[in-house]
Amino acid sequence: MEPTRTSSAPSARHEAYWRAQIRRILILLAVWAFVAFGLSIILAPALNAVSLGGVPLGFWMAQQGSIFAFVVLIWIYARASDRADRAFGVDETPETTSHGVEAH
Amino acid sequence: MGIQEWTWVTVGLTFSAYLYIGYRSRVATTAGFYVAGQGVGSIANGAATAADWMSAASFIGMAGLIAFQGFDGSVYLMGWTGGYVLLALLLAPFLRKFGQYTVPDFVASRYDSTLARVVAAVAAIFVSFTYVAGQMKGVGVAFSRFLGVELWMGVVIGMVIVSFFSTIGGMKGITYTQVAQYAVLILAYTIPAVAIAWALFGNPIPQLALGSAVPALNQLQADLGLDPYTSPFVNTDMLNVIAITLCLMAGTAGLPHVIVRFYTARDVRSARWSAFWALLFIALLYTTAPAIAIFVKTDILRQFAENGAAGFVNLSWVQNWAQTGLIDTQAILADGTVNAILDKAVMDRDIMVLATPEIAGLPPFVVALVAAGGLAAALSTASGLLLVISSSLAHDLYGKILHPEASDERKLFVGRLMIFFAVIVAGLFGIRPPGFVAEVVAFAFGLAAASFFPIIVLGIFWKRANKYGAVTGMIVGLTFTFVMIALMKANVVLGTAEPLMDDFLGIGAQGIGVVGMLLNFALTIGISLVTPPPPEAVQDLVEQIRYPRILSDAEIEEHHHLHDPVAA
Repeated sequence: MEPTRTSSAPSARHEAYWRAQIRRILILLAVWAFVAFGLSIILAPALNAVSLGGVPLGFWMAQQGSIFAFVVLIWIYARASDRADRAFGVDETPETTSHGVEAH
Repeated sequence: MGIQEWTWVTVGLTFSAYLYIGYRSRVATTAGFYVAGQGVGSIANGAATAADWMSAASFIGMAGLIAFQGFDGSVYLMGWTGGYVLLALLLAPFLRKFGQYTVPDFVASRYDSTLARVVAAVAAIFVSFTYVAGQMKGVGVAFSRFLGVELWMGVVIGMVIVSFFSTIGGMKGITYTQVAQYAVLILAYTIPAVAIAWALFGNPIPQLALGSAVPALNQLQADLGLDPYTSPFVNTDMLNVIAITLCLMAGTAGLPHVIVRFYTARDVRSARWSAFWALLFIALLYTTAPAIAIFVKTDILRQFAENGAAGFVNLSWVQNWAQTGLIDTQAILADGTVNAILDKAVMDRDIMVLATPEIAGLPPFVVALVAAGGLAAALSTASGLLLVISSSLAHDLYGKILHPEASDERKLFVGRLMIFFAVIVAGLFGIRPPGFVAEVVAFAFGLAAASFFPIIVLGIFWKRANKYGAVTGMIVGLTFTFVMIALMKANVVLGTAEPLMDDFLGIGAQGIGVVGMLLNFALTIGISLVTPPPPEAVQDLVEQIRYPRILSDAEIEEHHHLHDPVAA
């Protein structure tokens, strides 16, 4: 099936989609690294001075909080990507779902 | 009924269910056999991924390890969950768009090289065998303790079950069996945790009971003259905590049996949501594990403080486990201090989760449920790994290189044969286990992080990466990591009296994969830059996998004009 075309070059829109995805991935990975290696390891000794309902905060981040944060990060990524797919016209229909791409 | 009778009931029921599901999901094509026909919805795929992922090490070994390492045990919790962020953001949707059967398929197409396929297939087999040994040992331990059969007999029973549903159902049988196994293992893991949290702290949610449990344990450790449980870097320094965490994360994202789970998703969108559901399901267990670790450590230390060494060895759960040889009561009596039970040679970490219900005095059917859960965790991971081994041998080496002309029927037959062969080898590994569960598994991560992760990420995000870089990067990363682990664990791997090396730049065996990974990245980038760029067809493939829907040839063509205005 030939996809519908808009007047502006679709390739330019694809480029914009990919740049937006890269930007989103970099931002989310920065948060991931800060939560995991910053708050839960490097800053953990300092954060342990703070108590979160009886549990030292650094310890809680490392064994509970970071895991919750990872789940939320993927949720944000999946949801934002769904929206971007539609906005840039690269979302899948049953006819345009890949079942194996060959280099041709 | 006692523990043993109840265990026969839970194991009998769950195993029958797996066999039934496996039979219902039998397949007749290679697409069904390797990627479940690419028709699995995101929630089911997420649950299957979670079961595939959570191994005997996660279920049986992890809480015990954390209980004895305290804060430093966080490396496992963060490493084995944080890797999903890398998977979801950097790999899963793109590999689903690529959409073939195996990880070596991607490596071969992206790097336009049969050599790359061979190296990737061999690496996949190597990594998966390292990992599967621990699963089979887990099956044997659970059977020998709870059903009173010999360890080898337990392994054989596990082999028969796995070979049945994976041979006839392939990935489809494995996927739907794993969904059932997830349900069994999560119930088995959380029910005792909820019961203990309720009994000791009056709060049914283990994660929330930490508020009372943590201060109590820190106090108890202080009374016994130990460091606080929550203090960082007591057993492992900060550099190694960072290295191990990162190594487990990148390894998670590079393990072929995890990556291939995203090939089974319905479409790209579903691959992203599969990653979300998978991590949510995993997080249920992974946030419960530290609570179990704290409950069990508190119980053990309290029982020791109250009874002294002589009274402690007479407790019925200690006696039960002493019979399996996993607790050394003589050593506890000889030493007489709390340090004896904190020594892993005296009290094996692997028994902690399986012993939790007994330690807390929960009824026999809960103990039996935990046994069934441990078996579900071990079998589900083993089956996923066996499929990777089979697909590497039958699809990549036989079907793509040796006999590409073979019919689909013939290829399917070889696939079934190879999975059967892999089960036998894995079973032999399980009967002669090469070390304690979680440690063996941890090495598979280093190997995966150093071989697959860098070249797949670069393959998706950098069109310039070529086969010369990738093949060198993969071989050097894998070899470096393997040699380092062998030297640092020479006492286990090579049988020398002492390790031949303690660390490399301060990084020990568990985190060394990070150095291998950086080497791989550096070599792939460096060598690609000084050798010719990949052919245009490969660059088009990279362009194609970045977008969820299939772009037409005309659309791909336009991208060339965009980058090369002269041609326009």
